[in-house]
Amino acid sequence: MEMLTLQNISIVTAFLLMLIGLYGALTTKNILRIIIAFDIFDGGLNLFLVALSYMNNRVAPIIDSTTGTEKLSSKFVDPIPQALVLTSIVIGVGVTAVMLTYAYKMYKYKNTLNINEYKDARW
Amino acid sequence: MNVTIIFALLLAIVTVTMAVAVLIVKKIRTAVLVSGVVSLIASIIYLLLASPDVAMTEAAIGSGLTTIIFFYVLNKMRSSDV
Amino acid sequence: MFKKLFVIAIVAGFAVLLWSYLRHYTERTTLNDLSTYYVDNTAQEIGAANVVTAIVVTYRGFDTLGEVTILFVAASLIAMFLKSMGTEKSRNPRPASLILVTAQKLLFPLILIFGVYIFINGHLTPGGGFQGGSVIATGFLLWLMANPDGHAPKGLLNTIESISGFGYVAAGLFGLALGLGFLDNRFLGLGTLGHLFSAGVIPIIYSFIGLKVGAELSNVLHHLNEIQNEE
Repeated sequence: MEMLTLQNISIVTAFLLMLIGLYGALTTKNILRIIIAFDIFDGGLNLFLVALSYMNNRVAPIIDSTTGTEKLSSKFVDPIPQALVLTSIVIGVGVTAVMLTYAYKMYKYKNTLNINEYKDARW
Repeated sequence: MNVTIIFALLLAIVTVTMAVAVLIVKKIRTAVLVSGVVSLIASIIYLLLASPDVAMTEAAIGSGLTTIIFFYVLNKMRSSDV
Repeated sequence: MFKKLFVIAIVAGFAVLLWSYLRHYTERTTLNDLSTYYVDNTAQEIGAANVVTAIVVTYRGFDTLGEVTILFVAASLIAMFLKSMGTEKSRNPRPASLILVTAQKLLFPLILIFGVYIFINGHLTPGGGFQGGSVIATGFLLWLMANPDGHAPKGLLNTIESISGFGYVAAGLFGLALGLGFLDNRFLGLGTLGHLFSAGVIPIIYSFIGLKVGAELSNVLHHLNEIQNEE
């Protein structure tokens, strides 16, 4: 039971979310479901990156009167993955919005949501 | 087994169940709502992992704006399972 | 049937990769060298109380510049695709209920003030430009839902977005002109830790980023509302 730490639970959840998102994006035929599966994949990836930054019995990286300004590198969790995930979440919403615009335009041309009918780019 | 680990285990089980439910339900409106719930629970897990900046960003962007953009586009589509 | 087996093989291969990472995973007990440098030297060199803000704006300023560029390209793509094509009819939507209209008149200014508060205090408390911009866009969404056939101020949104983007790059070039380096924040004086006017030019940069992201996301929502009128 000493394998059940907070970090292990978060990493396994992130892996399962990534696998479910990948499987959903490869098997379904409706284009809107593919976009939702990519959304879940992004959520799992960000959770994995943040779970790597956690260390036991440490606090969030903000300097205030209770932490002081001495010997901070033994009181804080790792701040670098948090800065990278901040960028990644905002880019994820931009990509999802552009994908939805494409799906709307394809629906207006072909009047169907099945990706087997989108044959324009095939040889 | 203190309270934090039991709480995290419950949240993890609910998240994975909702993610499987996205692939199974028939209507797309339900799938969009469930993916919003997955994003919201991920925001709570970020707070347990001592990162308040990331939790705030994920709650505002992932669970609010993405769901609304989906519904705006879904309104113009007529299909048998929308 | 072969297609299903192929997909299952791909997902199983991915799962094997992830499992082999998890098996040899041991937790760390000390920070690595780069994080130690960032955490120990933020209070003296940058003067910001929020270490993540100091990393995002000054230590890793180029990545933020790239992210703002990606958001700008995405908003331009959406505006180009959803341009009105002249096939609209006015659809006479049902007016919103009395509760929603009254609550919107009360809550919309409060939500805007809350968003501005989040990105002005980005270097003292958790928050920053991207969070504040999203809250401003959510307030604009409330206005759109209460006035379904109203006219959003498109010219004002475009002007705010252009001026904020230009101001952000100009603040970076100022640092270059004064001999310190691009996007350096030390040319305005560091002040004392924990006060509002501290950390050099970080509050100004985050204000520009917050206004730009808020105006961009509001523009995207406005275009998505305009396409509800077609056919």
